[in-house]
Amino acid sequence: MATKRNNGPAPSRRDFLKTTAAMMGVGAAAGTFGGISCGPRGSAPIKVGIMHSLSGTMAISETSLRDVELMAIEEINAKGGVLGRQIQPIVEDPASDWPTFAEKSKKLLLRDEVCSVFGCWTSASRKAVLPVFEKNNGLLWYPVQYEGNECSHNVFYTGAAPNQQIGPAVTWLLKNRGKKFYLLGSDYVFPRTANGIIKGQLKAEGGELVGEEYTPLGHMEYSTVVNKIKSAKPEVVFSTINGDSNVAFYKQLRAAGITANDIPVMAVSVAEDEVRGIGGAVAEGHYAAWNYFQSVDTPENKVFVDKFRTKYGKDRVTDDPIEAAYFQVHLWAQAVAKAGSTEVDKIREAALGQEFKAPEGMVRLDPKNLHTWKTVRIGKIRADGQFDVVWATDGPVRPEPWDKIQFPKRDCDWTRGGTVENT
Amino acid sequence: MTSTTFLLGQLFNGLSYCSILLLIALGLAITFGLMGVINMAHGELMMLGSYAAYVLQNYFAKQLAAQYFGWYFVLALPLAFVVSGLAGLLLERSLIRRLYGRPLETLLATWGVSLILQQLMRQIFGANNVDVRSPGWLMGRWHVAAGLELPHLRLFIIAFTSTCLFLMYALLFRTALGLRIRAVTQNRDMSACLGVPTRKVDAYTFALGSGLAGFAGCILSLMGSVGPNSGQNYIVDAFMVVVLGGVGKLAGAIAGSFVIGQTNVLFESFSTATMGKVMVFTLVILFLQWKPSGVFPSKVRSLD
Repeated sequence: MATKRNNGPAPSRRDFLKTTAAMMGVGAAAGTFGGISCGPRGSAPIKVGIMHSLSGTMAISETSLRDVELMAIEEINAKGGVLGRQIQPIVEDPASDWPTFAEKSKKLLLRDEVCSVFGCWTSASRKAVLPVFEKNNGLLWYPVQYEGNECSHNVFYTGAAPNQQIGPAVTWLLKNRGKKFYLLGSDYVFPRTANGIIKGQLKAEGGELVGEEYTPLGHMEYSTVVNKIKSAKPEVVFSTINGDSNVAFYKQLRAAGITANDIPVMAVSVAEDEVRGIGGAVAEGHYAAWNYFQSVDTPENKVFVDKFRTKYGKDRVTDDPIEAAYFQVHLWAQAVAKAGSTEVDKIREAALGQEFKAPEGMVRLDPKNLHTWKTVRIGKIRADGQFDVVWATDGPVRPEPWDKIQFPKRDCDWTRGGTVENT
Repeated sequence: MTSTTFLLGQLFNGLSYCSILLLIALGLAITFGLMGVINMAHGELMMLGSYAAYVLQNYFAKQLAAQYFGWYFVLALPLAFVVSGLAGLLLERSLIRRLYGRPLETLLATWGVSLILQQLMRQIFGANNVDVRSPGWLMGRWHVAAGLELPHLRLFIIAFTSTCLFLMYALLFRTALGLRIRAVTQNRDMSACLGVPTRKVDAYTFALGSGLAGFAGCILSLMGSVGPNSGQNYIVDAFMVVVLGGVGKLAGAIAGSFVIGQTNVLFESFSTATMGKVMVFTLVILFLQWKPSGVFPSKVRSLD
């Protein structure tokens, strides 16, 4: 574009300078007045960003999050919006490419001046955009469970921290299914960190590690892994496999004759959407730990599931990240209403301690660490691809971003300036 | 389970993996190996085969009585061959025939086609993976000894790949079409002079290779995921097999898949899946340094 000019609508050099100046102005404003403020004031719509991969390898998971976030925005708009203003979503597709995530965040924050972005799925994409949000004081709302050990002032984590998913799952397995664990994961940051946590916990709670194996993302040939599992004779397999490999693993495990009665698999990245691709008949009897299942019995969930399926099709399913993506938009709207402003710093302040009756039950944004109080559940896969909840905590569990076994003294507390070491 | 049964199991797994690799690479051995088309859309042609199985399965589940359900897969195989073959024919007629002898343009064009096909499937079937169920008769296991059971599914794949291979040989070396295919791929100009309709032969050959990709996709829908991206999971392996074996020879694909399959499973047995892959890649790179044209290089008199 820089070398060839025609008479079309290509931006002129003057436009470019203007935009740059405007961006710098925004940057300056962010420093002076406490954050970007969702477009002009008055009755103009409030602009928010939606940034999930709609193409590439992650589209399989992230497309549903875009859908449900648009649905939540529609709900809020139908009730008159927030502060008397409508909400205008700006949807960007970062195409499963981590640098593109960073670029799109910059575009959303600096050019569109959105005061919040709902986005990301993989930890890799979150890590890629983190510096952009921190530098420009934007707000990211992140709806997926993750490996923890992060404490940012610019991210609201509405998925589970490790102590709200992995920890309780390990404890439950030790009590109910056996002590001998085989750890199987995809080879990247989340499974390796998660397995570090699990190994610490096994030591502390009297479990035994009989094998540990990582397969590349997209791995499709599990015969050797299955054979190794057969020889190691574990009582449970704890799986942190992500993506398409899950389908291959469950199908080939089943073909080798190992059913959930022989060796149950506990997964933390297999939800209703993934079971649909594996097939309920193959995955039946295996477990997953989440905060939400489509089968959770609350009045809010019934309404939510009906609405989602009426809007997007009878064959669609809801699952944990979809539900978190949904309620985080409502938490955001409540925060904006309470703040009476669309400035980032004010939204953040108002959001802390905010509660919402979500489909999974009551959720609350922790007043100190920007993570979410959530109920922990363990589900058993049924033949129809849905889950039977076999265990749940009595109420929402406090999120602990830093792993207590690796970092016993570390805490995330923004009333004390972020990550702190307790003495 | 003793270590002997573990090792026997691994030997079988190696054989099974070889047959899967060969099935994936067989179509590419035709389109890339014989015709020289760097076909980046090979994985997507496989994906079309997988979706053909999915559509037929749904038809059987909805329209026919439950006792016939097990038969859907028998019909899914030829359907997948036809669907992918027709897609390949269309691709050759509309695009690739304009690009013969221009490998770089072909690479880019077919890569574009692969993206289009992925997005097309995403529009039709949604971004999520779909569920293709194994028919009951493939779910059993052959009990050989205590701790050593061979899944019917893997045995079936070995048998099916062998049959495909046999038929390919028969076609290429025992029929008139096979003779023409070999003639055109060896010396296009001379074949044209002798009255062989090279354009037609090109189209048939490409459709045949694509149809084989459809077979592979259909079978692998029972082993792995079926979604818009699932073709991408196999494309690297397919090219590696053909390049290692030697471009232009069917025997090369057999050798390539055998070497990669067995060494991969062997390495994985005593290290991890990731390290196994790394070691296989290292081995392939070293081997190609030593023999750049693969195990079975094509002997040509002229300089290309």
